[in-house]
Amino acid sequence: MKDKVALREEGSAATRIVVGMATCGIAAGARPVLNTFVEEVSKAGLLDKVMVTQTGCIGICQYEPVVEVYTPSGKVTYVKVTPEKAKRIVEEHIKGGKVITEYTIGNK
Amino acid sequence: MNTVTLTIDGVKVTVPANYTILEAAREANVNIPTLCYLKDVNQIGACRICLVEVKGARGLQAACVSPVGDGMEVKTNTEKLRKYRRFNLELILSNHNRECTTCIRSNSCELQTLCSQLGVNDYPYDGEKSVTKVDDVGPSIVRDNSKCIVCRRCVSTCNNIQDIGAIGVSQRGFKTTIGCIYGKSLAESPCVNCGQCITACPVGALHEKENIDDVWAALNDPNKHVVVQTAPAVRATLGEEFGLPIGTSVTGKMVAALRRLGFAKVFDTDFGADLTIVEEGTELIHRLKEGGVLPMITSCSPGWVKYCETFYPEFIPNLSSCKSPHEMTGAIIKSYYAEKAGIDPKDIYVVSIMPCTAKKFEAQRPELSNNGLQDVDAVLTVRELAKMIKAAGIDFARLPDEDYDKLLGESTGAGVIFGATGGVMEAALRTVYELVTGKTLENVDLTAVRGTDGIKEAEIDLNGKTVRVAVAHGTGNASKLLDMVKNGEKQYDFIEIMGCPGGCVTGGGTPIRSATEVSYIDLKRARAKALYNEDRSKAKRKSHENAELKQLYKDFLGEFGGHKAHELLHTHYQKRDKYTFED
Amino acid sequence: MIRSHVLICAGSGCTSSKSLYVKEALEKELVRHHLEDEIKVVQTGCFGLCALGPIMIIYPEGTFYSMVTVEDVPEIVEEHLLKGRVVTRLTYKDPAKEEESGPTSLSDTLFFKKQKRVALRNCGVINPENIDEYIAMDGYTALGKVLTEMTPEQVIQVIKDSGLRGRGGGGFPTGMKWQFAANNQADQKYVVCNADEGDPGAFMDRSILEGDPHSVLEAMAIAGYAIGANEGYIYVRAEYPIAIQRLQIAIDQARKYNLLGKNIFNSGFDFDIYLRFGAGAFVCGEETALLTSIEGHRGEPRPRPPFPAVKGLFGKPTIINNVETYANIPEIINKGAEWFQAMGTEKSKGTKVFALGGKIRHTGLVEIPMGTTLREIVYEIGGGIPGGKKFKAAQTGGPSGGCIPASLIDTPVDYDTLTAIGSMMGSGGLIVMDEDNCMVDIAKFFLRFTVDESCGKCVPCRIGTRRMLEILDRITEGKGEEGDIEKLEEMGYSIKATALCGLGQTAPNPVLSTIRYFRDEYEAHIKEKRCPAHVCKALAQYSINPELCKGCSLCAKKCPVGAISGELKKTYVIDVSKCIKCGVCMEVCKFGAVEKK
Repeated sequence: MKDKVALREEGSAATRIVVGMATCGIAAGARPVLNTFVEEVSKAGLLDKVMVTQTGCIGICQYEPVVEVYTPSGKVTYVKVTPEKAKRIVEEHIKGGKVITEYTIGNK
Repeated sequence: MNTVTLTIDGVKVTVPANYTILEAAREANVNIPTLCYLKDVNQIGACRICLVEVKGARGLQAACVSPVGDGMEVKTNTEKLRKYRRFNLELILSNHNRECTTCIRSNSCELQTLCSQLGVNDYPYDGEKSVTKVDDVGPSIVRDNSKCIVCRRCVSTCNNIQDIGAIGVSQRGFKTTIGCIYGKSLAESPCVNCGQCITACPVGALHEKENIDDVWAALNDPNKHVVVQTAPAVRATLGEEFGLPIGTSVTGKMVAALRRLGFAKVFDTDFGADLTIVEEGTELIHRLKEGGVLPMITSCSPGWVKYCETFYPEFIPNLSSCKSPHEMTGAIIKSYYAEKAGIDPKDIYVVSIMPCTAKKFEAQRPELSNNGLQDVDAVLTVRELAKMIKAAGIDFARLPDEDYDKLLGESTGAGVIFGATGGVMEAALRTVYELVTGKTLENVDLTAVRGTDGIKEAEIDLNGKTVRVAVAHGTGNASKLLDMVKNGEKQYDFIEIMGCPGGCVTGGGTPIRSATEVSYIDLKRARAKALYNEDRSKAKRKSHENAELKQLYKDFLGEFGGHKAHELLHTHYQKRDKYTFED
Repeated sequence: MIRSHVLICAGSGCTSSKSLYVKEALEKELVRHHLEDEIKVVQTGCFGLCALGPIMIIYPEGTFYSMVTVEDVPEIVEEHLLKGRVVTRLTYKDPAKEEESGPTSLSDTLFFKKQKRVALRNCGVINPENIDEYIAMDGYTALGKVLTEMTPEQVIQVIKDSGLRGRGGGGFPTGMKWQFAANNQADQKYVVCNADEGDPGAFMDRSILEGDPHSVLEAMAIAGYAIGANEGYIYVRAEYPIAIQRLQIAIDQARKYNLLGKNIFNSGFDFDIYLRFGAGAFVCGEETALLTSIEGHRGEPRPRPPFPAVKGLFGKPTIINNVETYANIPEIINKGAEWFQAMGTEKSKGTKVFALGGKIRHTGLVEIPMGTTLREIVYEIGGGIPGGKKFKAAQTGGPSGGCIPASLIDTPVDYDTLTAIGSMMGSGGLIVMDEDNCMVDIAKFFLRFTVDESCGKCVPCRIGTRRMLEILDRITEGKGEEGDIEKLEEMGYSIKATALCGLGQTAPNPVLSTIRYFRDEYEAHIKEKRCPAHVCKALAQYSINPELCKGCSLCAKKCPVGAISGELKKTYVIDVSKCIKCGVCMEVCKFGAVEKK
């Protein structure tokens, strides 16, 4: 049990891309978005540093697909993400460290 | 027994702890009105007529299903409750075919009675009615869903008591209907025509397919010689249709009434019952001696026979090859009697008065015929006969007692008790014992096989060999018994099975009693009592002692179980599919 | 002296969105407030933001209002021009400016900040298909604690003390339910999870099952330990394939980790969970119907008593709780009854998840402490009503609930207040309605749902609800009669009192509550044959405004029944007796000349 609990601390240090994959997300097109993230992160050779994972509904179904990027400096919520946007997020945010504000929750 | 004390409408009653409020109320002399309730059959709290107020409960409670509790305070008759009862009756009426004057259940309709008792005198909620159709394809049962109130008493009977499941509930909400799968006809379903659904129905949604007009037509046909026979249970039940107490035997008045209706001869199916016993007894002895298929199972009940053919075809070899009593009588009428009377069998029209709806189906079986003539031409239920007597203006209660016609009119006590569960077994054992042992059976009352337990067992010693017998009534009990036989849990030599719970006295063609009455009265016992009384009053109580029967064998049939007897009195069975439609 | 200038766009874009009416209304309103000499109304050309028209700019402040309607005008005059307060709900948000100021993380939005996520704690946070992530969020520690440190009695006491009430609708105290089942001795008991979420628009349970399935499994095992059951069933609707898939994955993983199965945590306690699928009957969400369905019969309710805690699944003592209820359990065990008790109101503790829908900016799923007012939910969390429309009512409790009118918008949302005002908590659907919703139509919508979903067992629900619907149909078709409202009330109360199960007993609520708060709308339909919200088609009256009609004849050409006639370049007229109210004329008119009343 203890080692599993440790996972949380470990996980928070690394960069995580979490895609909402509940019915609402999937219906809005989250599956290709998730696939794009996996491909792009893999192409960038960042698979060991960046974790792409799924999660359930966060409650803002009208803004799905919702993607949250956790980095050591905090969390950013991207909304209405498309595979194209996903590519840009990997390029500019994950690799470049610059948040793409126009895609974020407060600026939809 | 644990008891609880509660107050119902201010009256304190102490009742067993497992009682419902409805049962407890009767102890307080309060009749809570009910509609979907049918004791031991349908206790589902669906109609909401029996709602009562229970102090401290969340809402109103359905008395028919609510358990009693110690110190409970129940009110059954408040202004509010009367209003709600009327409301739900008015809703039922809003989707009910209200052509009451032409309804078969006019005057015996529980809905009608309730509406009149509770003062329903308007139709405030009329609206669109359900679209329904009448299923009158089969020979025995007619279903008219325009009258159906979806109380499910028929469904519970067919599924829980009879274990057949020919009908069920389909659709939802307002469209909820009762019927066969895919809206098919009962004739295409595993229905065995027992008619228990009819006697369970509180309204006119289910009734037998009437053959009254056919019989009137035959009686009016100068070229037809119309002969009638009456089953054992008819005499024990017909009086009820004329207001006589349950369990009144009306044999003599019934015979008199039939003569007045114009039947040329009035014969007794009890004679056929005696005939069945000597043939079936002989068959049993033969099977026991020759290592035939055992257990042998009786074949008098056409509901049971179709059930066996449909649900337990592996037991077809176990069925006695004997025709049922009225079919035997019919076959003898159209041969022996025809010969004696010098009438062409083609001109004879045999009418059977039966407590049964399945007999209507049975009479149409092609194998129950001789020389291209059906053994029986028309079957009427007890209710149909009563209607004919009423239509003829016969004052039944004041009729003198008359005797059956000679030749096929004599019967023994053994033939009479056929109408009650265990009766065939008891009658058969009386004869088999004497035929096998050659000794006289002193105590003919074999009480072990009497009574209303679902499955009864007994053993009888025949010259050192123990014969194990069992009796089941109602196809649900039959199914339990046969499963035990099948898995080797039980071994028997001889089994009596009747399709209806209680046997013929509570058959699907007997007078319909209201749910309230049958929760007070044990109908099976009360009606059977009339038969056992008649048995006791008879000088001869063993079938093989019947003098007219002996004459029949001497003059016509030859020996018991002989060649001619086989030709006329025995039959065969066929495996049946549960569903006969293709999809 | 002119102190303010109000610029109103009169470009063709804004004109088509009725800016001229806004100008007219503004001028009238200014006269009413005697401001006509202080404030000058100026008609301007296009601002280039036609999609947001009608646009209004007020100088000297330069306040930029967009999508202004005639109805907004009194507020602008009253608030802005008289009192000097900007009507923020109408101000235009500049995307360029927001880029610097708008929150980039969901956690910083008002939508999220006002929430308190207990049942949804892991939803959107962990990977539901990975048990390790659940464990990393303290998952299964509650089960471990219960099995190794607590007696069943203590567990029940904690749940009782927490004040947790059933989240499926009825609000029965969960701890009491467990206590009853624990008290009944039997060779076998069952724990059942009701995941047959069926209210239209509700998806709280689905989200929990999809986002955090382990929390439900863990809670069911805890419940099993508390009442002495070692078998659990989750009855989940077959229409939830993802939830089913994730539940199955979760069950398999939990079994692998021996968090389900034999001898869990070496405590000697065995517990396993099986899935059963519902086939889409709404009534199977009613607990006794659900149990009947699991048993393999037609899903129909049975009378209570006996309650499931006495005679439940297969005749054995059974507790049945809803998904959200279970999702709360591990947190209550971990953080204690007092922590949970601190949230909510006196009789409704903790939080409640709502599915926000209807006329509201932020539709979606929110979890809020009990007692949050409807106003906070609608305006702060939900972001208010789009299009500057007025809040008219909120519907809670789905087909079993009722409508809460604007006058009660400050009602704290908890079990008892909602029931007291004729609605109910229900499973958590919350549908917001604005002035364009006809309350008779809304009542009809919900009642039709129950009519279709009634199981048909008891008379009042099977026939009574249908008869009520027929009356509503008549009313909305303009065939309402004097006495209909009273009849609906009479029937509604009788059905509530006499129906067999909770579905039937609450079916009339949408009708009764709308009559209670919007009786005038019913009366308008019946007496004046008028639908105030212009929803009921049969009651609509179309006419052509001669001032706007250019006589182009398009409407006449498109009218399918030839009800419109006139001469080119002159005003066209609609023959009301021929009109079938299809609305085509209104759709095709380029000048907004066709009006619906």
